[in-house]
Parts: sequence; C-alpha cells; structure tokens
Amino acid sequence: MSKNNLTRRGVLKGTAAAGVTLTAPTIFTKSWAAGYRNEPKGDTVTLGFNVPQTGAYADEGADELRAYELAVEHINGEGDGGMLQTFSSKALEGKGVNGKKVVFVTGDTQTKSDAARASAKRMIEKDGAVMITGGSSSGVAIAVQGLCQDAGVIFMAGLTHSNDTTGKDRRANGFRHFFNTEMSGAALGPVLKNAFGNERTAYHLTADYTWGWSQEGSIKKYTEKLGWKTSAAVRTPLGAGDFSQYITPVLNSGADVLVLNHYGRDMVNSLTQAVQFGLRDKSVNGKDFAIVVPLYSRLMAQGAGENVKGIFGSTNWHWSLQDEGSKAFVKSFGTKYGFPPSQAAHTTYCQALLYADAAQRAGTFMPSEVGKALEGFKFDGLGNGPTEYRAGDHQCFKDVLVVKGKENPSSKFDVLEVVEVTPRAQVEYPDTMLGGELGPYNNGA
Amino acid sequence: MDAILLQILNGLDKGGAYALIALGLTIIFGTLGVVNFAHGALFMLGAFVAVSVKALLSLDKVTLDPTQTTAWGAPMEIRVPYIEAWLGDFGATLLEYSVPLSILVAIPFMLLIGIAMERGLIRFFYKRPHAEQILVTFGLAIVIQEIIKSMYGANPIPQPAPEVAKGMIDFGRMIGLDAGGVVYPAWRLIYFLFSALIIALVFAFLQFTTFGMVVRAGMADRETVGLLGIDIDRKFTIVFGIAAVVAGLAGVMYTPILSPDYHMGMDFLVLSFVVVVVGGMGSLGGAVAAGFLLGIVQSFASMNEVKNIIPGIDQVIIYLIAMIVLLVRPRGLMGRKGVMES
Repeated sequence: MSKNNLTRRGVLKGTAAAGVTLTAPTIFTKSWAAGYRNEPKGDTVTLGFNVPQTGAYADEGADELRAYELAVEHINGEGDGGMLQTFSSKALEGKGVNGKKVVFVTGDTQTKSDAARASAKRMIEKDGAVMITGGSSSGVAIAVQGLCQDAGVIFMAGLTHSNDTTGKDRRANGFRHFFNTEMSGAALGPVLKNAFGNERTAYHLTADYTWGWSQEGSIKKYTEKLGWKTSAAVRTPLGAGDFSQYITPVLNSGADVLVLNHYGRDMVNSLTQAVQFGLRDKSVNGKDFAIVVPLYSRLMAQGAGENVKGIFGSTNWHWSLQDEGSKAFVKSFGTKYGFPPSQAAHTTYCQALLYADAAQRAGTFMPSEVGKALEGFKFDGLGNGPTEYRAGDHQCFKDVLVVKGKENPSSKFDVLEVVEVTPRAQVEYPDTMLGGELGPYNNGA
Repeated sequence: MDAILLQILNGLDKGGAYALIALGLTIIFGTLGVVNFAHGALFMLGAFVAVSVKALLSLDKVTLDPTQTTAWGAPMEIRVPYIEAWLGDFGATLLEYSVPLSILVAIPFMLLIGIAMERGLIRFFYKRPHAEQILVTFGLAIVIQEIIKSMYGANPIPQPAPEVAKGMIDFGRMIGLDAGGVVYPAWRLIYFLFSALIIALVFAFLQFTTFGMVVRAGMADRETVGLLGIDIDRKFTIVFGIAAVVAGLAGVMYTPILSPDYHMGMDFLVLSFVVVVVGGMGSLGGAVAAGFLLGIVQSFASMNEVKNIIPGIDQVIIYLIAMIVLLVRPRGLMGRKGVMES
C-alpha cells in the first residue's frame, strides 16, 4: 500500500525552498558573502609589496617602496592626494577601499625567482595579503604571477618589460601597467629611421635570459622592417661585468649600430665600455656609429654618467613630463622624498591606485570581480595619457616615450630628454599575437 | 689578424685584474695557510676608496636659488665643489685625476684594513679547518658588501678616467701594422702596464729584500723560521696587509673600466680562485701566469667565430680549462708539492 503525501501546501513550500536555493548563489555573489582567499574581515585590508630590497636592483626596489607608501597614504586620505586628484576615475574618495583602511606588508624579491615566490607566499599565507605587487625583473614577475594565480590573489606587476609577462605566460589574476619590448620596438623603429636612415647594419649584444631575448626579437623585427641588416646577435651572460671581450669584435665587424639589449647594471657596464672603446665617436662606411639602449631606466642611466649622452632608448614614463598627472605625482613624491620619482616608482604607484580603484568599483576584493573591473578599463590622468587595461591580455596600452641621453643636464636627475611621445595606436598589436591564454580567474577558496 | 690582436690585448687587461687578485690570494694562502674568501671584497673596497676620494673632492657648497624651482616646487640648489671654489683650475684638475690620486689614499688605507682584518679575525682561524676559514671569510665579505651598499646604494657609480687617458691608442701602428686596425682604449693599456708594474714590485719585494727572504723562508718552513727567533707571525700580518694593498690598488685602477658597485668583488672572487687553482695553490708565478692565460682564453672564447662552433663556450671556458688542468696536473700549472694535500 502506498501513500501519496503530495499536497498543495507541500508543493508551495517545496517551490519556495527551491527558489531560495536557486537564487542563493546570486544573493551571495551580490553581497560577496561567498569566500575568497584572504577576504578581509576587520576594518583593514592588507596589500603585499614585493620589491627587491637587496641585490643589484635594491635602489629601484627602494623607489618602488617609496611610491607604494605614497599611494597608500593617498588612498587612505593622507598627504596631498597625488595623482588621485588627476585620475579620471573618482571612485576612490580618500577613505581607504570598500570602507577599509589600506595597510601593507613588504617582501624582498632579491631579484631571484625563488626568493620572490617565497616572500609572496609568506605575505599571502601569513600576512593575509589580498594582492601582491612589485618587482624589477621579468623572470621574477612571471614566477610570482604564476604563484598568485595558483594562490588565488591578484598580481599587479611592477617593472617587467618582457613580452612574455602578458604574452605566453599571461595569467587571469595578473595585470601589467608597464610597457613591453614589442612596444619599445614599435616606438623606437621610426625614430631610429629618422635619426640614422634606413641603410644600417646593427650588431646586438643581448642579455641571455627571457627579457633580453624578447627585447632583441622586437628590435630586430622593427629595424629589419626599416631595411636595416643585422650582422650579429651575441648573447652575453647576465651580470658579466666586463663586456669588453664582446665589444672588441664589434670594432671591425662592419656594423654601424650597436644595440645593447641590457638592463640595469649590465646596461651601465656595457654602455660605459662601448663608449670607452670609442664606438660613440667612430665612423663606419662614412656614417657616424650609433649606440641604442632600447630600455632606459633613469635611475640606472645615472650610473653610466656622461656616457648616455645622445644615446636613444625608450622608457615607460619620465618625471619631466608636463601633463597634470605627472606634475602632481612629481610634486607629491619630490616634496616627500626630495628627488624625482623613477619610472619604477611611477608604474608601481599607478598599479596600487588602479587596484584600489578597481576594488572600490567592484565593491569587493574578490580577484575575479576586481579583475573584471580592470578588464577594458579606460582611464586618464595617471601620467601616460589615455590608457586602457586591455581585457584580452591584461596589458595596459598607452603612449610610449622615446628618450635620448641629455647633452647638457642641469642636475644629476636630469639625464634623459623625451624626444618623441609615440601614440598608443602605433604600438598596439592584436592580443593573440604573443600567444598565451589567460585561463579562468582563481579566487582561492 | 687585427681581431686576434684585439682579443689578446683584451685578455691582457682582463688578465691583469685576475692576476693581481690571485696574487694577493696566493700570498695569503702561501704564508698564512688561509683560504681568504674576503679577498674580492678587498678589491671592491679599493674601488670604493676611489669613489670616496672623488666624493670628498666633490664636496660642494650648496646655495639656494629662489628664482629657480625644482619640478616639485622647492628652490633649486646651486652646487659648486669647494675645491674648485678655493683652487680654481687646479681644483678642477685634482677632481679630474681623482682615480690615480686615490692610489695615494688606498695604500695606507688598505694596509690598515688588511692588518686589522688579520689581527681582528683571521688569526683566530689559522689552525681551524679550511671549511671554517672559507665560511668566516665569506661571511666577512658579505658584511663588507652590505656596509658599502648601505653607504653608497646598490647602483654603479661612474668614475671617469682623466681626459688625457680617455681616448684610444692606435696599437697596430705602434707595432708596424696598418693604421686604424688595432685601436684600443688608452686606460685599458694603462691598466695592463699598471698591473705588470705592481706584480714586478711584489716579486722584487719578496725576492730582493730581507723581509721578503724571511717571508719566503716562512712560506717554505714556518716552524724552522720561528725556531730561529724570528717573529714570523708579525711578518705575516704585514704580508696580509700587503696582499690587501695589491687587491685594493687593482680595484682603484679598475674603476674607469667597470663602474664600481657593492657586488663587484664577488664577480671577481670565483674567477680568481679558479686562477689560483689553475696556477697552482701557493705558487706566485703560477697565479700570475694563470691570470693572464685565462684572461686571454676567455677573450678568445667570446669571439663570434668560436661561439658559432661551440655556442655558450664563453661562459664555461674558464671552468673547462680548470678541469683539464686539474686532471692533467692535479697541483695546477706551477703548484708546489704538499700544499693543501694533507
């Protein structure tokens, strides 16, 4: 014998329960009750600043840290507000983010992938950081980006210039404000053509790691398009110190341009030694010999002293820019620290602000929602003109600066002069060109 | 031919630095039996003597110009070095020649540093195993490095050569070849000659002075020299100081070639140990010969013609040679029997 308990009241109750169950995820999503990694519970939110505090890039790391401290002050409503005053988004009101005061912890990348991953892991697991940012090396950026993807937190890259960071190694949780080697090549090409003509033979000295290969490939691509020939591309060990054994073969190679795909200490040493070997004053086949440094850092260029005079390169930002955003940032930074900010300081300051703004607009720190707020986000007032965080690869697209070592510097900071602002349209490329897949966001819970 | 000559010259100036550092290492090892991993730091300290001398000579009078402002709104600072204000053109010349002038400061400074290092730390490790000596001297090197970094930052600091030595010398024409074929930076040739002079002075000191004779005797048989009533420990302390001076002078004169930074000593340390091992532990002649030999070999291995046949050979050639030499001659090229064999 069977008994049918189906009643009208029962059907109504069941329908109501089913409705609540089905709508529940939406309700939780909207109120962000669903958990995510390091969801802040108190009245503060913790950011992790992972910068080189020791090692060859320690000075650059110190400048990044200064910029982050300034950004935190401004986000929390202290100081003069810096670029928050000129930023096109007005979501941040100087009251922290999502009602929480921003606090931070720091880690030392040592510019070593293992050390950088260890310090990022510590900040995520022990200190509860919801976002990791910083660094001065592409190798480190790619390593930490992978870790943040796996851990379920956002990574806002610092100074990383290799195509791979937002190319074949791109990740959904990772975002880069800094430009890349493809953009450097596209910006430098026309300037080099105007300065040196299209019948040139280039000799490359390239740092033997991911960024060097990426830089060499981009410059070769764009200079060969101009009609330049490449006589040799020689790989040099990272941190070689004395590059003279690689420079002596250039002297009688028939090349009339030397491209130094070196950064930091390697750039300072190879450029100093190239000038010492008379390459800047040499004539080959009736043409003045030229040296090109595709990626300049003003902090590092100071180390090369007068050897940078007249040498072309590209940079992400320079303190002498006269737009309102740059002026506000230089004023804020210069007043606090007594000297102008570097491009590393600028990009990290922007990244901190952009993350805070995205989290505020999203109303949560959940990585997938912050990421969606950043994807396709168009903004202005942060020193690079109109900029877009492209959704397809999480790379910022903006104007690129072509610079030259200044002939008559007025101070030790006045090393570079901007010779051209290359418009964004000229450096843009399809988001599928460099390969890689973003994959899904990881919220870590 | 021109390319080969250029690489030989390149190897000689590079080898000059290797030989000077290796010579100091060998002197210390031969006399005190200490494996000194802080020797690279002494080379770096010498370079920073040049940086400090230039910084002292560049001390400037700062006046504020209210008519001009910085990008952040502060009054512009007008800086004039005191030395130029006081001595005019002569002051400017002193500034220009700061690197060679630094030699005068580096000699007493490095001697004191060497003696202080030996008396203050190294002497307590004479009878300890080599592994402990390596650990303590390596630790000391890191401490020195970090002190320099905290004082001068991590970025390289350029030290230009005097104007007269900045140009190029047509070496090819000097030896009867076509003009313009073998043109080489003047300062690098000066560095090679300087290193040859220092090496000759050290050898002459050890060979032709009574002090040197006692030291050589001590190197051969420390106990017997002690039994003759000679305070060999005191002599060896001075030897440590001299080795520090040699490394320091190598560092001072290298600054126009390589802008000094806190890490430059470590870059040379490993290579210099390979030089010592290839030359033969405890052999002064071996250290010098191996320094120049490895410098030249390293330069040739970096030639495109060689790298096209064996890619990456420039990065391993020194270690490859060390392996071959140690397999064929386990004591190194000119090594002495019994050194580090107990």
